[in-house]
Amino acid sequence: MGITLDFGAVLARWPMLLDGAWMTLELAAVATLLGFAIGVVCAVGRRGAVHWVARICGVYIELVRNTPFLVQIFLVYFGLSSLGLSLPAVTVAIAALCINVGAYSAEIVRAGLDSVARGQVEAGETLGLSRLQVYRYVIFPPAVERVWPALTSQFVLLMLASSVCSQISAEELTAAANFIQSDTYRAFETYIIVAVMYVVLSLLLRAAFWALGQVLFVRRRCLGTAI
Amino acid sequence: MGGHFTFSHLEFLGRGALWTVLLSALGFLGGGVLAFLVALCRISGARIVRVGSGVIVQLVQGTPLLVILFLSYFGLPAIGVPVPPLLAAGASLTLYIGVYLGETWRAAIEAVPRAQWEAAECLALSRVQRMFRVILPQAVHIATPPTVGFMVQIIKSTSLASAIGFVELARSGQIINNSLLEPFPIFVLIAATYFAICYPLSRLSRRLEARSGFAPVEGGAP
Amino acid sequence: MSEPVVILRDVHKSFGPLHVLNGVSFAVAPGTVTAIIGRSGSGKSTALRCIDRLERIDAGEIVVCGHLVSDTGLALRKLRLDVGMVFQSYNLFPHLTVLQNITLAPRMVKRLGRAEAEELAERVLGQVGLADKAHAWPEQLSGGQQQRAAIARSLAMEPKVMLFDEVTSALDPELTGEVLRVIEDLARRGMTMVMVTHEMGFARRVADQIVFMHEGRAWEIGPPDILAAPATPDLRQFVGSVL
Repeated sequence: MGITLDFGAVLARWPMLLDGAWMTLELAAVATLLGFAIGVVCAVGRRGAVHWVARICGVYIELVRNTPFLVQIFLVYFGLSSLGLSLPAVTVAIAALCINVGAYSAEIVRAGLDSVARGQVEAGETLGLSRLQVYRYVIFPPAVERVWPALTSQFVLLMLASSVCSQISAEELTAAANFIQSDTYRAFETYIIVAVMYVVLSLLLRAAFWALGQVLFVRRRCLGTAI
Repeated sequence: MGGHFTFSHLEFLGRGALWTVLLSALGFLGGGVLAFLVALCRISGARIVRVGSGVIVQLVQGTPLLVILFLSYFGLPAIGVPVPPLLAAGASLTLYIGVYLGETWRAAIEAVPRAQWEAAECLALSRVQRMFRVILPQAVHIATPPTVGFMVQIIKSTSLASAIGFVELARSGQIINNSLLEPFPIFVLIAATYFAICYPLSRLSRRLEARSGFAPVEGGAP
Repeated sequence: MSEPVVILRDVHKSFGPLHVLNGVSFAVAPGTVTAIIGRSGSGKSTALRCIDRLERIDAGEIVVCGHLVSDTGLALRKLRLDVGMVFQSYNLFPHLTVLQNITLAPRMVKRLGRAEAEELAERVLGQVGLADKAHAWPEQLSGGQQQRAAIARSLAMEPKVMLFDEVTSALDPELTGEVLRVIEDLARRGMTMVMVTHEMGFARRVADQIVFMHEGRAWEIGPPDILAAPATPDLRQFVGSVL
């Protein structure tokens, strides 16, 4: 008995697939920016002298890293609605994604900050730079450059994790796939096409990060070596 | 308010937690076998095997686990291949874990110093003997901390099996919520249970990492 | 006699149970070069680092250019405008070009304009003989060139006193000459300097004052002749072992 595949029926729904993909990218982009900001704040907090700040950041990171994202997104969803807030699914999705990627980014950024040798910091200090200036000009740039590959991987994983947001009805790519397959009865073809779309999105995201890295890190652009 | 949280609810959650652990073990075993194969293919002398397995790895790593689950549970039956939930969950997890773990193990094998390969060759060991008696034991030592850390990822990823109706811990929570209608406290309990299972493993992994000095590629799959 | 630029009075410093500085006292007159010598572990680098408050002292007093370094309320920025430091491992910022390394502090701390800062940078680069390397990246330079760039970076802030912490120890022997020449040139121009060094010949030739550190104290202090005619057996032993 032969298996008949009909990709055409699914591909005919390409506007919906494209909308889903676009939503996935939006979720990923916003969560990347905000999540990175959270990560930086936490990483600096963990290294700082204020003990209770370091403690809180540490607890936050451990909680996120030891619970599944699915459960986190349910907590954010139900938590917000129990506070009386009725927010659109996209907003909830972004909030949950930010909280999640913020914790992972914090660890990555912290590794980067720790990788800057003490001597560098001392050189900055003896030149008269303030604590903030040392962070901004001496510690951050090489730190971010050094962990750029790890950050890239993390944010690609974030984009893939956005598929879980379909479980709270955010209309991203996986949700589009679920709808289309229930409508066309072509589940196999639908999910294969969507899988391929995610792979393409991953490659696009990696390329975008590489390009951004070339723009930000002048030294790497000129010399081609790792810092 | 839908009712009170009774002992039978706790029992139900407990069973869900048990299934989570079982699924994780299944995933780790199946994934482990696949990971071993993937790692060996990725360091193979034959270029086509190396590149081919590399392509497969890229494809699987570029697809969300949820989509792989849907593909196996909804997709395969739609083309005439019946798949019960346990098999769908098990196979999807095996594929996902096998590929990620395979890359970790490949990195561990490649981290064994070149000098070890050369020393083994000079001792006139065959390729298979070299692998199993010299390289792999050292690779296992290097791979242990990140593998323990990855077990945390495995346990967390089993939560997605709930999306195909599998009654593990997360789904148990959803079902209980349907009768009690107190989602926030229930999911806090669910989260706490996951935390209780995962946190000790995380700490163990970090302790092993500190001792061996091998830091894995950072990054977490939610 | 004019007021000393650097004064250490009975300075004590411990790292945990380890008593590194046991009552160090010496002074540095303006426009002079002081060379601190001694075995490893004698506390030479620690004493130097305490001068610029990279380490905090446990007891005693350090006064630099009128600033009381041991004072916890000290405005660090003011101290560091007057003191320049060059490190053994150069510590150039790898993500900035040589020019950017040098203009960073003048622009951010002294609020110089970009053109002004670059002009200043080119001047000090010329002084250390690296005028053509302004747009190079630190990793493209040899060790000697990097160290000269580091000296230029400190010079650009126009300090009143410069501290050198074993600045040639990490260099290949054939590269130390170019760095020592720059330091000698600075001395000739009247910069007040304190240098921790193993280069005995250089110290004897260029220094106005030698401080021999032993067991955490300034064991013997005097003009370079003390190297030829040590007063204490410890210095005699030390000189014998290195020359």
